[in-house]
Amino acid sequence: MNEQELWRLMRRVRDGKMSRRAFVRRMAAVGLTAPMATQLLAFAGVSPASAQSVPEYKPTRRGGGQVKIIYWQGATLLNPHFAVGTKDQDGSRLFYEPLAGWAADGTLVPILAAEIPSIENRGLAEDGRSVTWKLRRDVKWHDGEPFSADDVVFNWEYARDPATASVSVGSYRDINVVKVDDFTVRVEFQKPTPFWADAFVASRGMIIPKHKFKDYVGANSRDAPTNLRPVGTAAYRFAEFQPGDLVKGEANPNYYLPNRPFFDSVEVKGGGDAVSAARAVLQTGEFDYAWNLQVEDEILKRLEAAGRGRVNIVEGGNIEFIQLNQTDPWTEVDGERSSIKTTHPSLSDPAVRKALSLLVDKKSIQDFIYGRGGPATANFLNNPPRFRSPNMTWEFNIARANEILDQAGWARGPDGIRAKGGVKLKYVFQTSINAPRQKTQQIIKQAAQRAGIDIEIKSVTASVFFSSDVANPDTYTKFYADIQMYTTTMTQADPQLFMNQYCSWEIASKENKWQGRNIVRWRNEEYDRTFRAAEGELDPVKRAALFIKLNDLIVGSNAIIPLVQRPLVSASLNALRAPLSAWDNTFWLLRDWYRET
Amino acid sequence: MSQYLLRRLLIAIPSLLGISVVLFTVLALAPGDPFEELATNPAVPPEVRAALRAKFGLDDPVMVRYFRWLVAMINGDWGYSFVSRVNVDELILSRLPVTLVILGSSQVLALMIALPVGVFAATRPYSVFDQIANTFAFVGFSLPTFFTGLLFILLFSITLDWLPFVYRADIDATGWAWFWAHFKQSIMPITVLGLFQGAAWTRFVRSSVLDVIRLDYVTTARSKGLPERVVIVKHVVRNALIPVVTLVALQMPSVFGGAIVTEQIFRVPGIGSLLISAILANDTPVIMAVTFVFACLVVFFNLLADILYGWLDPRISYR
Repeated sequence: MNEQELWRLMRRVRDGKMSRRAFVRRMAAVGLTAPMATQLLAFAGVSPASAQSVPEYKPTRRGGGQVKIIYWQGATLLNPHFAVGTKDQDGSRLFYEPLAGWAADGTLVPILAAEIPSIENRGLAEDGRSVTWKLRRDVKWHDGEPFSADDVVFNWEYARDPATASVSVGSYRDINVVKVDDFTVRVEFQKPTPFWADAFVASRGMIIPKHKFKDYVGANSRDAPTNLRPVGTAAYRFAEFQPGDLVKGEANPNYYLPNRPFFDSVEVKGGGDAVSAARAVLQTGEFDYAWNLQVEDEILKRLEAAGRGRVNIVEGGNIEFIQLNQTDPWTEVDGERSSIKTTHPSLSDPAVRKALSLLVDKKSIQDFIYGRGGPATANFLNNPPRFRSPNMTWEFNIARANEILDQAGWARGPDGIRAKGGVKLKYVFQTSINAPRQKTQQIIKQAAQRAGIDIEIKSVTASVFFSSDVANPDTYTKFYADIQMYTTTMTQADPQLFMNQYCSWEIASKENKWQGRNIVRWRNEEYDRTFRAAEGELDPVKRAALFIKLNDLIVGSNAIIPLVQRPLVSASLNALRAPLSAWDNTFWLLRDWYRET
Repeated sequence: MSQYLLRRLLIAIPSLLGISVVLFTVLALAPGDPFEELATNPAVPPEVRAALRAKFGLDDPVMVRYFRWLVAMINGDWGYSFVSRVNVDELILSRLPVTLVILGSSQVLALMIALPVGVFAATRPYSVFDQIANTFAFVGFSLPTFFTGLLFILLFSITLDWLPFVYRADIDATGWAWFWAHFKQSIMPITVLGLFQGAAWTRFVRSSVLDVIRLDYVTTARSKGLPERVVIVKHVVRNALIPVVTLVALQMPSVFGGAIVTEQIFRVPGIGSLLISAILANDTPVIMAVTFVFACLVVFFNLLADILYGWLDPRISYR
């Protein structure tokens, strides 16, 4: 099926000449999965029934008592423009709302916006240079002031000022925001921008009130009293805040949606550790919901057996993967190792990389280490489903790895280790100290041994490994080892930012203080070209195809080996209904949380 | 006396300065970066981090940073938390009451156990009661608080389901319900800390009473025909308590240290848990301030112990 035919079919669905179901069936026949087909429809302007993205909200009245949530790291600040970590973003999200949020399936859901901009409703410009947001007219701040386009424009002015030192500056500095009328704003881009849903959307788009912050733009931003006593638009309004310990909200009686919120108050308690947080929900039922449970699946299963609560697993784009250094970590050039001016003596050989990828037993890693918290995957880019490549496969095959190495001329020496031209297949494999990672290292080391590859295991304290300390040689961005493993996170439902990790201009080096994102230091002209094309491609279907190609290029090169996906794991009591999403904050739809009776 | 006090206070200044230098250097040498989260988040441009580092003066040499901190501290400015973006003194003040309540109650509990048990055991040395008390005391101070804390949670929260194991500073209730909820959630942290301290003190009280009870004036009191109760309470315990009081004062700082772990286990929002989360987040000004508060406490309680000792025992004179 070619692209034109696809568009013809999608138009027919839009015009009502073909049912959605028939379309999905046709797509399945040509090998496209159902979620992907629905995504295509969404992009062609056929909005999916709302029930598809967001579960139905059933309560018909308010007054549901208190909901108690436990975070093993408490929120430390409540200004969304200063909130770096998810714990702080979640704390802010209790009281503030963005124009739109991301649902679990990677589609946008309007919150303060009246509708999601599209080509059809003239929200999106045909040339991709602007997006026009229509705002709800019935929204009031918690202090009674009306919400309007001025507030939205103010957030842009506030965040883009470098002196404010907001962490959201990246989303706002390169755009221009214009007030069209009191309830319409237009975001203008410098160049055609297919991914327009960044500013004012989700965790970086929470809107703070102009009337409270207008005197605190720039250097005195930290003195704003509202930083600690937020005044927002959300379903719960501020009650109490103890940094690092407790955030409390009470129901907003004037919320703009009927019967919402369900609960009279919400309490988020911080501190402690993940295992006991899981215990407090699953075993003792002291709390209703526990966030981010990076706990071994076996423990979770045991706690779940108490029958009080369940573990929620929400798929996102985070992935645990292995990098094979493409530069030489053992030669120093101009004061840096792993310099882009060198090439790795053996890992630059595609045969060696292929063999290593065959030596990773992903199934055992999934079954015995990560469980439900880490399904094995062949792709680097796994979600949203419309960007998932169907072309990649993986297998664990030691015999085949041996065969490939034999053919490539890597012969076993007297010590059993393969070598060619004086270069031995001996590697240092580093990762952070974390029990599942050390177990994975062991599994790979043992398999490699049977193929004549010697792996020396190294583990670095997490606070050093993930630090940006320029003076420390053991950070993951310096990559002074042959192989390394960690989790990279995908913070948006769009893969553009995620896939720039293999562009040649992102290579980490001494020059950019190792802040470049291409840590494996892999270079490929075709990849660079395809990425540039994807950046400017306005046709969503073609753009998805470009990202799939990017995934296939990097995974196919075997310079990285994807291991397991890392979905978001949380726990909640059986009666609690909480719509969650991996593309947005935990509290992105807190207004829809309720307790079933 | 007042001259002695003044001298001691003056000596305290250089020792506090020395402590602050050591703390600051160790923190500066330790790996980690308060804006690490910014570095690993792809959506945050590196310039933001650079701007924040410059704003908080993190790129200056350690010496410059130390003197800036010292001058601010002398002027009463405790610094500014990188992570919470609020003043450190506000953070500490909001956490202090809970710590004081929990620690205070646990110390009272410890004394309530140590005094009667210690004295009673000493008046009947090597009796069955003494043996049992000794054994328990030994077990009590050999087990670290984080272990007994977990044991208590396992038994009282999970198996028996009697007590909550998450401490909530703010409870939605008034009157008796409020008091009851606070009492229930405080039992475990207070008991864990109190038993640990009480066990150590029991042994100390016992040996101190044993030292006194053999002295001649006690025999004299007995031979005067005073009742045994009066001999013990008025003549023995009163004198035996002099070293105990000193010990209690001297041990206060280490009690704060033990509370750090206990607070973390029970999620008590005190300064101990503030210290731990600050260390995990590399929030240097908060770490510095909290550890400095602990250092001041050590110096202060040392001084207090010395003064109390002299006041209780007039034979000791200050020079």
